[in-house]
Amino acid sequence: MIRSDEKPAEPFVAWAQQREAARLGIWLFLATEAMMFGSLIMVAWLYRLQHPDGVAEAVAGLHWQLATANTFMLLTSSLLMTLALAASEQGNALRLRRCLLGAALLGVLFLACKGVEYGLEYREGLLPGFAEDSPLHLPSAHLFMNLYFIATALHAVHVLVAVGLGLWLYMRLAPDNLSARGTRTRLEMVTLYWHLVDGIWILLFPTLYLVGR
Amino acid sequence: MSAPSYLHQQGLLSWFLTLDHKRIAVLYMVTVTFFFFAGGLAATLIRIELVTPQGDLLTADGYNRAFTLHGVIMVWFFLIPSIPSVFGNFLVPIMIGARDMAFPRLNLFSWYLLLGGGLFTLLALLLGGVDTGWTFYTPLSTMFSNGHVVAVICGVFIAGFSSIFTGINIIVTVHTLRAPGMTWMRLPLFIWAIYATSIILVLATPVLAITLLLVAAEHLFNVGVFDPRLGGDPLLFQHLFWFYSHPAVYIMILPAMGVVSELITAAGHKRIFGYRFVAWSSVAIAVIGFLVWGHHMFVAGQSMYASLVFSLLSFLVSIPSAIKAYNWSATLYKSDLTLHAPFLFALTFIGLFIIGGVTGLFLALLAADLHAHDTYFVVAHFHYIMVGAAVAGYFGALHFWWPKITGRLYSQLWGKITAVLVFCGFNLTFFPQFLLGYLGMPRRYHAYDPDFQFLNVLSSAGASILALAYVLPFFYLLGSLRWGERAPMNPWEAAGLEWRVPSPPPLHNFEEPVTVDFEAYDYSPEARRDPV
Repeated sequence: MIRSDEKPAEPFVAWAQQREAARLGIWLFLATEAMMFGSLIMVAWLYRLQHPDGVAEAVAGLHWQLATANTFMLLTSSLLMTLALAASEQGNALRLRRCLLGAALLGVLFLACKGVEYGLEYREGLLPGFAEDSPLHLPSAHLFMNLYFIATALHAVHVLVAVGLGLWLYMRLAPDNLSARGTRTRLEMVTLYWHLVDGIWILLFPTLYLVGR
Repeated sequence: MSAPSYLHQQGLLSWFLTLDHKRIAVLYMVTVTFFFFAGGLAATLIRIELVTPQGDLLTADGYNRAFTLHGVIMVWFFLIPSIPSVFGNFLVPIMIGARDMAFPRLNLFSWYLLLGGGLFTLLALLLGGVDTGWTFYTPLSTMFSNGHVVAVICGVFIAGFSSIFTGINIIVTVHTLRAPGMTWMRLPLFIWAIYATSIILVLATPVLAITLLLVAAEHLFNVGVFDPRLGGDPLLFQHLFWFYSHPAVYIMILPAMGVVSELITAAGHKRIFGYRFVAWSSVAIAVIGFLVWGHHMFVAGQSMYASLVFSLLSFLVSIPSAIKAYNWSATLYKSDLTLHAPFLFALTFIGLFIIGGVTGLFLALLAADLHAHDTYFVVAHFHYIMVGAAVAGYFGALHFWWPKITGRLYSQLWGKITAVLVFCGFNLTFFPQFLLGYLGMPRRYHAYDPDFQFLNVLSSAGASILALAYVLPFFYLLGSLRWGERAPMNPWEAAGLEWRVPSPPPLHNFEEPVTVDFEAYDYSPEARRDPV
């Protein structure tokens, strides 16, 4: 099924070389993302060490049930992306489309659920920057809520980008380019990005919601 | 007849939409030159203000804004992109025998990011500016500052992504596009230095991005992280900021070290002394550079034990740095020297780097730093490294590869005069500042004790010589485009793949795929210098 008229992009002489370059490039980009979220997660743990009381107060008010549902959805979407990659290797167009659409849908559900969570927190006066009279007493509880808000909002932006990329791939899929090497490389890159967004959440979830509950 | 050069195509669109790494390098060169003069203008204002002890040219607030403009523009829009983006882009593919960078479109996008971020920042700085200094320390930047902090932060944030993408591009290019036979130990040392720099660009810049994002969130939405009123930790900002900004110093100096390795070997026509040591010392500087940020915070209230560890680690950086300086000197021993202009810039680099490096050890020493912290001693020290040495490296690279980039020769005499003026002007500007700092003159004030006037006048006098030296190449290099002789393929009789393609190189760099069967810096009499 591999088309023979397809040539690697300009600076490359072979497909293997281009694929290796794309993989290394995306891994390096993921490393930058890891450094970016890594500093936020480090700050969260620093606060946990410095202000255990305030953090406990803030953590008690978080909606861990919604976050658990979100974890489930994001992990499943990641699984669907992996299945999409497998489907493209088998040349199974129908399954590839379904998996991509399913993953994107779960991503949207994740965002909707996150939106509900923010809405609840807004009503409870927990959302930083907007609430006048917050029920939190300790200043460090505010601080942790601020960090929670920044970290989850930044992560939500990443989920949004991942969903966008998934839908973009879905739109570009035509029967004749399904097995094209370019398509497969793109799919692999988006899958890796998706896994990273998922992986960051796996660290954020216990850091923000679970520990000390 | 050989293939047309990369400069053959005409028209503005052929530049703004180009995917050719050499043209993108030229775009970067024009851009950073513009920002260099913009930042230099602010420096001129600062030095004129400091001629007299009382504040007469600028108000205290205006002075704060001037040095902030100077710092922000010079650090993020000149020094960081200078050698990696200009010469890294031009040389990395040619030196390793590739046709282009791994991701040509990403490469062009990086340039647009830098240009956009830079113009945005410049606009914000001119429309009123910020008074925080280039460091944006909290809580000043988030609670008390009344300038365009968020706008400037956005500009720097955007430019940061330019750095990240350039770093990714360079690392991937070096890993995947080396020509057959171009093993790691055959790479020119410039590539090793740029590679080490790219590692820092990729791993440190995201931390700056998140830090600036937090400052902007605190400033805009009152979402506190650093704000002490909310129980936030202003020191945390300093930790995060210097985690990026100390490695950023190595982003500025490492590429210049790579340039000097090329200039020294080309001038001495000799293989570098201890290739492996020089190569790995670049990586060592990059790695240790990540572990020393706390030496900016000795008096900021961090734990004494943390300070001790940071002090020790900071001393460690001197080992790979000294390896380089000694190996360059050893390379020159009994070599067949040609005293051309690029070589004089290399010597300028070594001289200024040694003074800057040794005074860095004073500051890494806890007890000495207590006295010198936040004085002109610090200002002089980091200018010796970031300006003296790094700009000498940039100018050296400019003079060395100018014939390759443009295909024209420039006046060697003017080049040599400039190198000497840079060295003398620089020392006259900044050496008095070591004395001022030692005597206790604090940095960032527009007025000072009349006792300090003599040294300040010396410094400003030196700055005028330095300004002349920095402006001169603008004329004779640009003039060479019109009146200069056509450059031969290898004007310096140097080794390296870039000297075995025509000047300027053809669009695809090499007409035939390259196979490398020679070591780096092969200056043996039987070495081949024929075109590839």
